[in-house]
Amino acid sequence: MLCKRIIPCLDIKDGRVVKGVNFVGLRDAGDPVEVAKRYNDQGADELCFLDITASIEGRGLLFDLIERVASQVFIPLTVGGGVKTAEDLRPLLNAGADKVSINTAGVNDPSIFNKASHFYGAQCVVAAIDAKKKSSGDGWEVFVHGGRTATGKDAIAWAREVADRGAGEILLTSMDRDGAKIGFDLELTRAVADAVSVPVIASGGVGNLQHLVDGVLKGRADAVLAASIFHYGEHTVGEAKAMMRAAGIRVRL
Amino acid sequence: METIAIVDYGMGNLRSVAKAFAHVAPEQRVLITADAREIANAERVVLPGQAAMPESMVALNASGLREVLLEASKTRPFFGVCLGLQMLFETTEEGATDALGYLPGHCVRFPSPHRDHDGSTLKVPHMGWNAVHIPAHARAHPCWAGLDDGSAFYFAHSFYAVPDTAETLVGSANYPDPICAAAARGNIFAVQFHPEKSAAAGLRVLKNFSTWNGAF
Repeated sequence: MLCKRIIPCLDIKDGRVVKGVNFVGLRDAGDPVEVAKRYNDQGADELCFLDITASIEGRGLLFDLIERVASQVFIPLTVGGGVKTAEDLRPLLNAGADKVSINTAGVNDPSIFNKASHFYGAQCVVAAIDAKKKSSGDGWEVFVHGGRTATGKDAIAWAREVADRGAGEILLTSMDRDGAKIGFDLELTRAVADAVSVPVIASGGVGNLQHLVDGVLKGRADAVLAASIFHYGEHTVGEAKAMMRAAGIRVRL
Repeated sequence: METIAIVDYGMGNLRSVAKAFAHVAPEQRVLITADAREIANAERVVLPGQAAMPESMVALNASGLREVLLEASKTRPFFGVCLGLQMLFETTEEGATDALGYLPGHCVRFPSPHRDHDGSTLKVPHMGWNAVHIPAHARAHPCWAGLDDGSAFYFAHSFYAVPDTAETLVGSANYPDPICAAAARGNIFAVQFHPEKSAAAGLRVLKNFSTWNGAF
């Protein structure tokens, strides 16, 4: 049967892997090919690259980076950040991305999911949803522009809509938990996972390996994404898989 | 120098497949091509595929490559990947499109909702790593050389092939019931998973194909 996936996430700026807290104090974290290879060797099931480049020059460097990683690391690569139209998927896929995540552009024009899915197949269209608990306490609201702009959209309803429109997967980030290292928002994860028929990747808040286990067993996520626990050498992907397996979760070893 | 021709009919992402072949077969020429003559001259032919079957069949028919592909499917090592496997069968439920018909059988979609044996919902697409079981009659297939029964490969699909004959099925994955993960007949070998994205196990399949003479 299908395994649950562990996906290390790498922030990319101007073609390099960067580390930092909330995009502040960014520092170079090495050559993307080397970092990708390291995670591949540890048994990562996929890799996620999030481009935080703001310039056109930096965008060109992203294509070069994907090209180089895809020539040497043979696991699925998801790339997100900066996609504005369905046409923007083509150069990323050509460079070697297998999936492209769409966030703000999808809220601005939801038909991008229909178009992208029609042209390239649902399997390569990932809807990235950044959600935050409503102040009323009743459900979660979708935010865009890297979490700066509230949309008024309900996260569960939005997840259903993007899946109906053709997104093949949902990358769900809890903004309340992102960077907090206190675990996924399990209530949110489970609510979205139960609401849609497509796979859900849980993101935001992982501080230890038990959080990954909880994301699957309690949040019902199909995949778990984490950044800092892997980047800073606290844990390897292999350790995470051993922990998940010990908890009875099927993983690829 | 031998050539692996990756058929470009204008759909899907062919670069990943090409990169992976270039990695495992550095001594061979790996061509992404829409040129019938180049395909006809290649020692090995690869039919990749993504996206939707109807659009892909329309694109393939419009490409004018059906004739050379039919010839290649009878005469030399021929490899299908993902939708490239499904297209080798006769018809598909998706838009009820006629496919290439090199292998007996048809394609269907996972039901909606898709249920596990315990009644819980299974996600569609079938996306991620799943174990592939190799039936006894196919264990000696050269394309499976060096691979254990139960090796994990990366899948990403909503449709799957249903071969008419048991001997055509050379690999299966459980979701929750067995589905076709690999199909073969004579010089044709095709996989539903993405070997180009399946790490060492996938690269081994590609390496095996790159040295296969088409006999089984």
